[in-house]
This record gives sequence, structure tokens and C-alpha cells, in this order.
Amino acid sequence: MTMTSSETTSVRITGSRFGYRFNIVGMIGFSVILFWAMVAIFAPLIIPYPVGEIVDFDYFGPVSADFWLGSDYLGRDMFSRILMGARYTVGISLAAVTIACFSGVVLGMTAAVAGGWLDTVLSRFLDALNSIPSKLFGLVVVAAVGSSIPVLILTLSVIYIPGSYRFARALAVNINAMDFVTVARIRGESTWYLIRSEILPNIVGPVLADLGIRFVFIVLLLSGLSFLGLGVQPPYADWGALVRENIGGLPFGAPAVMAPSFAIASLTISVNLLIDNLPKKIRDRSE
Amino acid sequence: MKNRVLSLALSRLLIALITLLIVSFAVFFATTLLPGDTASILLGQAATPEAVEGLRKAMHLDEPAIFRFLRWIVGLLQGDLGTSYANNMLVADLIGGRFINTLKLAGVTALFSVPIALTLGITAAMLRGSLYDRAVTVLTIGVISVPEFMIATSAVLVFAVYMKWLPALSFANEVTSFADLLRIYAMPVITLTFGVSAQMIRMTRAAVIETLSTPYVEMALLKGASRPRMVFRHALPNALGPIVNAVALSLSYLLGGVIIVETIFNYPGVAKLMVDAVATRDLPLIQSCAMIFCLGYLLLTTTADIIAIVSNPRLR
Amino acid sequence: MAKLVEIRDLKVEATTDSGRRVEIIKGVSIDIAEGEIVALIGESGSGKTTIALTLMGYARPGCRIAGGSVSLAGKDMVTLSEKQRAKIRGTEVAYVPQSAAAAFNPAATIMDQVIEVTRIHGLMSPDEARARAVDLFRALSLPEPETIGSRYPHQVSGGQLQRLSAAMALIGNPKLVIFDEPTTALDVTTQIEVLRAFKSVMKQGGIGGVYVSHDLAVVAQIADRIVVLKGGEVQEVGTTDDILTNAKHPYTRELLAAFEPKRRQAAQVAAAPAPLLQIEGLIAGYGQIQADGLPAIRAVENVSIKVEKGRNLGIIGESGCGKSTLARAIAGILPAAGGSIIFDGVKLEQNARRRSREQLREMQIVFQYADTALNPAKSVEEILARPLAFYHGMGGKARSGRIDQLLDMVRLPRNLRHRRPGELSGGQKQRVNFARALAADPKLILCDEITSALDTVVAAAVIELLKELQRELGLSYIFISHDLSVVEAICDEIVVMYGGKKVEEITPDKVKAPQHPYSQLLFSSVPKLDPTWLDGVEQDPELVRAYCRR
Repeated sequence: MTMTSSETTSVRITGSRFGYRFNIVGMIGFSVILFWAMVAIFAPLIIPYPVGEIVDFDYFGPVSADFWLGSDYLGRDMFSRILMGARYTVGISLAAVTIACFSGVVLGMTAAVAGGWLDTVLSRFLDALNSIPSKLFGLVVVAAVGSSIPVLILTLSVIYIPGSYRFARALAVNINAMDFVTVARIRGESTWYLIRSEILPNIVGPVLADLGIRFVFIVLLLSGLSFLGLGVQPPYADWGALVRENIGGLPFGAPAVMAPSFAIASLTISVNLLIDNLPKKIRDRSE
Repeated sequence: MKNRVLSLALSRLLIALITLLIVSFAVFFATTLLPGDTASILLGQAATPEAVEGLRKAMHLDEPAIFRFLRWIVGLLQGDLGTSYANNMLVADLIGGRFINTLKLAGVTALFSVPIALTLGITAAMLRGSLYDRAVTVLTIGVISVPEFMIATSAVLVFAVYMKWLPALSFANEVTSFADLLRIYAMPVITLTFGVSAQMIRMTRAAVIETLSTPYVEMALLKGASRPRMVFRHALPNALGPIVNAVALSLSYLLGGVIIVETIFNYPGVAKLMVDAVATRDLPLIQSCAMIFCLGYLLLTTTADIIAIVSNPRLR
Repeated sequence: MAKLVEIRDLKVEATTDSGRRVEIIKGVSIDIAEGEIVALIGESGSGKTTIALTLMGYARPGCRIAGGSVSLAGKDMVTLSEKQRAKIRGTEVAYVPQSAAAAFNPAATIMDQVIEVTRIHGLMSPDEARARAVDLFRALSLPEPETIGSRYPHQVSGGQLQRLSAAMALIGNPKLVIFDEPTTALDVTTQIEVLRAFKSVMKQGGIGGVYVSHDLAVVAQIADRIVVLKGGEVQEVGTTDDILTNAKHPYTRELLAAFEPKRRQAAQVAAAPAPLLQIEGLIAGYGQIQADGLPAIRAVENVSIKVEKGRNLGIIGESGCGKSTLARAIAGILPAAGGSIIFDGVKLEQNARRRSREQLREMQIVFQYADTALNPAKSVEEILARPLAFYHGMGGKARSGRIDQLLDMVRLPRNLRHRRPGELSGGQKQRVNFARALAADPKLILCDEITSALDTVVAAAVIELLKELQRELGLSYIFISHDLSVVEAICDEIVVMYGGKKVEEITPDKVKAPQHPYSQLLFSSVPKLDPTWLDGVEQDPELVRAYCRR
């Protein structure tokens, strides 16, 4: 009828084996993510030129058969530098998001189940941290302690712990209010059992999706910090730093400026697409 | 019932104040407690230990952290933002004009992005599932998935490099005509508008779609109401709270975006000042700028929450 | 009489998760004469609401009318354009929703919404419309008819909103009104007044009606004819008298039979001198603890009850009377603020956390909604295995064997053990929920409205099961319900609660003649299968005013 949405049916359905439905958009997202993961792991083996070596006579060289993405402001091969940059962007973001979500989820579930003053104090404190704009937080920390890869990972994860905590706590509070948790509680179960066995299995799906979204945020923040010169420091370079060092080529429209940006966009958009189109278990009673 | 609204709003204000206190605490301690001795950094490597010690005393660095924090807070409340390490100017003087510049940038951006985003978000929700809706959705996902500097550099490439309409960099102090003004603000505003609008469109669309699927909107349909009537009479008044919230949250995105945009376009605002201060480790300046940003964020979210409370018909 | 509605071979399709189309209405034909009220009756999923909505040319999102015709006063609602349908909605056919509380826009006044139909269709001037609305409010016996319209929906009670939504439907002078379970969410003492109001305005106006319900007794009061539906197909059609006295279809008979559950043979009072559970002066509630050590909002006040071994206690009352809070206080979920709980001769701690594992094991609680009482992430096997391992230290083969036994006991097939709750029907879930309590080998099971969310036939079967298990295992139940017939069927003693207090304790054979005025009002408000019941029932208006918050 008029209010019927056609969103669910319009995307072609593929891969319905194993009782799961995974549409084509989600698959594309997944493939791109897999590609960058592979690049991050095997980059040193597949780069055509060493990243530190000046190989082109020209700086800000155009795309050519020798230099697939042109050359940078010193005449180094952009393609190799982007492949190596994937290690830093993906690696740092992955480490940070893992720490952030793990801590956030553990704290969130504990607060929800324990309740009382622990919940109040933790929520108030982390909400306050959450009201510091993320880039600003990064700036302040870098100003105070300087920038190194471990500091970056830690800072990025601290910035995103409150969000992850809030998300996990909200989910856990909902589950905690369910009768099956009450049943377990008056059976005499321990708090640890409640968290592990009754709550965690029921929030794992949304928490993983949240992890994906937070990964995107972290990639963007890391790139932003690096772009400001406060992230990954030379001689290493992640994608944001690559844009920064080549920003001088912008007036010439050099590929070195936009190529790393496109690398970031391809990764973040793919993660978003995958999350919006996750494989769904087909719950079809009559089947 | 009026009392309930008032007490809810007041308690929200109180929470904002407590948050501000915790935030200022966090900002202060992040900048002063972490390793790196300010006095020796300031004096450089050639300084004698006695000189360092003297400066530490002069700057009260030898006092316990909590006293320094209280001293700082009391100073802030009295309008004393401290003195810059880098050039011995009063922080308040350094920030003053810059702050107006940033406000101008943010104001112009809000002026453009709010009407655009609300229109796009609401119409996309009304035409949910249509080609238009899908185009808007894909575009907004695209925009929020890319870093701000990519929007900025793309804008420069398109408008300055290829079309040559606008200058790549802006300097707010060289305004001599309206055309100049337009050209100087155009690029930063375009960049910020993109990012802010994308957020706002997504959240507005989601809020309107949620109210459109409520039983009372279905009821309006079953009374024979037209589609615009269902949206404007029944859905929108109830989506007001979430929409205001979306606007406030998206505008708070400005605070992050402005850091990148001011740097990239060399715009003389607070954010640029702060990024420069980070390079020189000018802590008093960083602290004050950070507090301005946090205050801005809190102001936005608190206003949104209070509007949501006041506009909630169930509290009437 | 001329035909107002002719539904012919109606088919409605729904789209499933996997994008498959499933027929949910399979060729239904129904006629309604002018001024006639036809009831659509059936359990959840029978398609009764879906059929009713097609009369407005509407199918909920995800559904579409796939075939057949729905003719209303000569116009086929299926083939009309959306614009033409909008013209008919509100003027010729109107809708009274199940939950008026959700169907009123919280941001607009009641009057604005009641007269909105006249505004949309330009039927009359706003002043005329308001005057007519006030007349309708009066006809529906709403309090303060002159001013109630200026309030917002959240400022009036559920029973009033339900009648206001009828006024909203009637304002456009429709030929047909669709009532979608309009009294299901109401308490019985409120329901009776709402039903009366509906019946009188419908008869006075000679308006045709479709009354959707799962409750035969309610339908018997208001409908001229009854259509029995199951699985999207018509099972039987007949006049109300025919269906009630002379049902032909086995499913209809099942529905009727479920209405009058068999009384339990009262167990002999056990020889044991001490009762199983003795509660004295229990006080429980919510909110801050005040100076006197009691909570600010007391939901249970000074309640004393006694359960003998092998006998059942029923607790009956309307929403908000404190019966569920009482159950939670007994189980120690909400620690009582005062009074004592003596279980099997031992005084229990008020807080479940301080009770011993053995004490917890011997008293189990079963909740109303099996959907939320079973962990959706676990299989039936895991759900039943946990109490076996936790209380009895069972493992391996012994545990697996015991799970089979438990499934047998609640009459579920053994191969169900690998399924998750989401893959079970409502009745099956409630059986698993009960089996989990049985796994603890308890002496007492607290049943909190465990049949309320189930369809009548399924609920009757669950009650039968509970009785059988009691015979086999010698359990005791505390059975909490708002439904008198359920409590009558299974309990040896019945406690009536009102406003947090116990007002009366009686035995089922004396239900016909309760002493306390509230019990009299409550019991006389329960609809009977007799179509003349509503017109015949007499209630003291003083009593109604004293005890009903409508």
C-alpha cells in the first residue's frame, strides 16, 4: 500500500545458503575491507618501490605506468606509500577500537548489572568525558605528552570509551530489566554469571555493529589528527599524514593529495555499508 | 505540571554544571599532570636548575595539583585566563578577536545548513523508500564517512583549481567588499555545511520516520488525512524534541570540523589559534581554548535537552 | 435490510523477512447489513484485524490486498485510488483502535483530534463540530463532557480515552464503525461501562459495526452475528445465539469449552499442622524509604495470606491492585519493607540475595510473558539445564535424561530441546517457562498471570496441565490473575485485592455470593456468555464510583 516501504525487497537478494541473507552491497563493503586488511598485512611484500626512496625525477608527478598514483612532494612513489600507510591507519585504528569497545562494554555491563552508586558515578564521569569534542581531546593530549604510536592508540581509545560504554550500558540495562535475568538472579546466580551468560549473548550483535561504527570514527579522527600534524609522525606516515605532507600539490591537482583521501573514504564507506547490510539470519517461521 | 517542567529543566542545568566541572578538571589534569616539565620546556635545554626552580615557584608549579586547579578555576571565573607562555600576552587578548571570527564562521554555517538539512531530512522521511530518499541517504553516508579535510580539499579542487571561482585560502582581515566577503567565507562554509548537514539530515530523517510509524499517525491516515497533514499536524510536532536534539548535536560537530577547516584555509579563528598553541605547547592558551570548545558543546546539548523537555506535550 | 458491506474472496499477502510473499487472508467472504453489528472472533494471527482494516482500503506496512473485493456502500475499497479512499475514511467508515492511548496524538488536545475528521472532509463548521462532539461525549457518558475536550490525551484515563476514540469515530456520521479489540486493555469493571456506552450509541444511530475481539463473552453482548476466524479463513458464521448455543464447527466448540474451565477437585486439607507458606502483615512498595522505614509508594499494605501444602491460593484483582508486587515481595525480588514470610516452618529473609540456595530452590516464580522470561540467545536445552546443574549438580547423561522428562511433563516433544525461544509458539514458550520452574523441584510455584498473554484455547490447555502436574507432584501454587474464571478453575482459596489491601478471602464455591462490596462489583463485572447479561446486570452506581478509576 502507500506506506509500504520497498527498502527491504529492492536490493537483490543473494547468497541465501546456510539460512543467512547477505545482499550485494554488504558483500562489496566486506570485500573492500578484506582487501585493505590484506594490504595492511602484506604491504612490505607487495610495494613496488621502497617507501623512503626518491624514485621519480619530478615531484607531484602525474599518474603513469611506472607510478600508478603519481609521486609525492619529494618524488617518492605514492602507490607504495599508500599501501604502507594502510598499516598505520588500519592497525592503529583497530588496536584503539578494540581497547575502547572492550573496556566500554565491560564497564557498561558491570554498571548496568551492579546499578547503585557505581553506575551513577561511572555514568556521570564518562558522560562528562564524552562532552569534550573528540578532536579537541586529541589536541590537548598531544600538546601535553607529544605524539607517538602507543600514545595515539591509548588516546583514541580513551576518547571512544565513553561512547562505547553508554551504548553497551543502554543495551545491558534493557536486557537486565527482562524477566529471564530476574529469574536467574533469584535462582541465586552470581553477578559474573549474569553478565557472561544472560546479558552478553544478547548484546553481542549490536555491540559488534557499534564497534564497526566506532572504527570509522577512529579512522576519521586519526586521519584528522595526522592531517593537523599531531598524529603519526615522520618517517612513518598514515593516510592522513600523506595528505598533510602533499597538501602543497593541491593547487596543481596532484594525485598525491587526493589518493590517500580516497583510500580513507573507501575504507570508511565500506565499513558503513557492511554494517547497514549485515548478513541477516532468515527468521521465517513457515519455512 | 509547570513545576515538573521547571524542575526537570533545572536538574538538567545542574547536570550541565557538574559536567563542566568534571570537564575542566579533565582538561586541566590532561595538560598539566602528564609527563613533561613545563618550566624546563619553557626555558629550553640551556637553563640552569636554579632558573628552572625559580620559574616553577613563580608559576606555582611546586604547589599540589589540586591547589593549582582551584587557582585556575577561580581565575577562569574572574575572567583571568592566564598569560600565554609563548609571547607573554594575556590569553584573553589573544582569544578575543579570534573568538568573534570563529563565531561568525559557525553562525554563517548554521544559517545555511539548518534549513537545508531540515528540508532534506524531512522530505526524505516523507518519501521514504523513493529514489530521492535513497539518493539523499547514500550521499549523507558518503559525506559522514569521509574526513573533513577530504571535503575541504575536494572543494578547493573543484571551485578553486578547476573552476577558478574562489581563492584557495581565506584571510578574514582583507575584506574590502561584499564580493570579498563571499569569496573568503565561501570555501570554509561550504566545507562545514556539508559535514554538519549530513549529520543533521540523517538524524532528522530517522526522527521523522519513527514518529511516522506511530499508531496516531496511522489513526490520522484512517481518518482520511492527506499525507502533508499526517506529517505536519501529527508527526512533526512530536518529532520536535528529537529534531532539536539532532540540530544541536550536528552543530556540535562544527566544533570538531572548525579545527580542520580553520587550519586548512588559514582562517584566523580560535581553532587555528589552538592548533598553533599545540605546536608551541602553550598550555594556558590550550586550556582556555579547550574550555571554550567544551562550553560551546555543553551549551548546545543542554539547550537541546531543555527544549525537548519544554516541548514534550506529556509534561504539559 | 440492504447490504452495507460485501467482502468477496478477499486475499491479503504479507512479505516475510526473506522477501517471500505469504497469504495471510485466504479467500474470505463476509456480508454486513445496514445497522448490523458483526463480530470477527479468533485468536492472535487469525487475521481478524487485517480483514477489518481492508474495509477502510488499508493494509498495514508489509501487507497488501492481493485479490477479491471489499464493497462498502457500493464502492470497492480495493480498486479505489488512495485519494478516493481518503474521502471515504472518517465519513463512511471509521475506526476505533485497540489502544486509544497510542492512537491519540500526544501533542494535540482531545477536542482538536475528535473534530479533525470534520475539518479534513469539510463536513461542518468547527463550532458545530464541537457542539456535536460534546453531545457525543454525553451520549458516551463521559464525565465533564463540556470541558474534557480541552485536555490532552495523557490527562484522561484509559477507559475515557477508549470512549473518546469512539466519539472521534462517530463524529463524521459513518455508516460503519470498526472496533478493534477496544476493551481488551481495560479492567473488567471499566470494560462494562465502555461496552454499555458503545452499545447504546450504535443502536441509537442504527450504525453498522465490525467488532474485532478474541473474547466471546464480550462479543455476545454487542454483536448480532459472529464470524469465527482461524488462520485467515472463516470457520463458521452464525447469529450470536446460534454460535453460543448451537456451534457446529469443532474450533468454535473448543473456544466455547475453553470459556468454562473444569473446576478442580479440591485437595484434602493435608494432615500437616503447619502451613507451607504463612505471610503476616506484609508491606512492600517503591520509592524512597521514609522516616517510618516504609517506602513512599506502598503497593502492598499489610497483607496476610496462608498456603497449605498441596493446595492452591488464587490472588485476584485489577491492574494496580498490588498483586504482582505481592508476588515479587514473596519471591524476594522486591524486598518487603515490613511483615514476615514463613516458608515451610522457617522465617525467610525479605531479600532473595540473603536466602539460602535451598530456600530459593523450593520456591519458584513463573512470569506472565514467556517472551521476556526466556533468554532468546539460549536453546530450550540450555535453559532447562541451568537449574538442574545449579541446584542439583546434575551433568552429562543424567541431566539430559531429566530434560527429556521435563519436556514430557509439560507435554512438549523432545526434539524441541535444540530450538531457541524465538522458534516456539506462545503456548510452547509458556510450557518451557514452567518446565524451568519444575526443574528446581520446588514445593511452591508463584504463577504471575501466566495465562494472560495466551489465546483462550491455549490458556485452557496450560491450566489443565498445571492441574495434572499438581496431582502428580504434590505442588502448591499461588496463582495471580485478573481473570476470575482462571482462578476459579485451579484454586482452593481466593484472595481479592484492591488498592494494595486484601479485601476478602473466599472459596470458589462462594464466588457467587461475595461479602465485600468490591468483590461483588468485580465478580459481577465479568462478562458471561449470555447475550442478555450486559442489559441485565445491575451495579450500584455508588460502588462503581467508589472503586472504579475510569
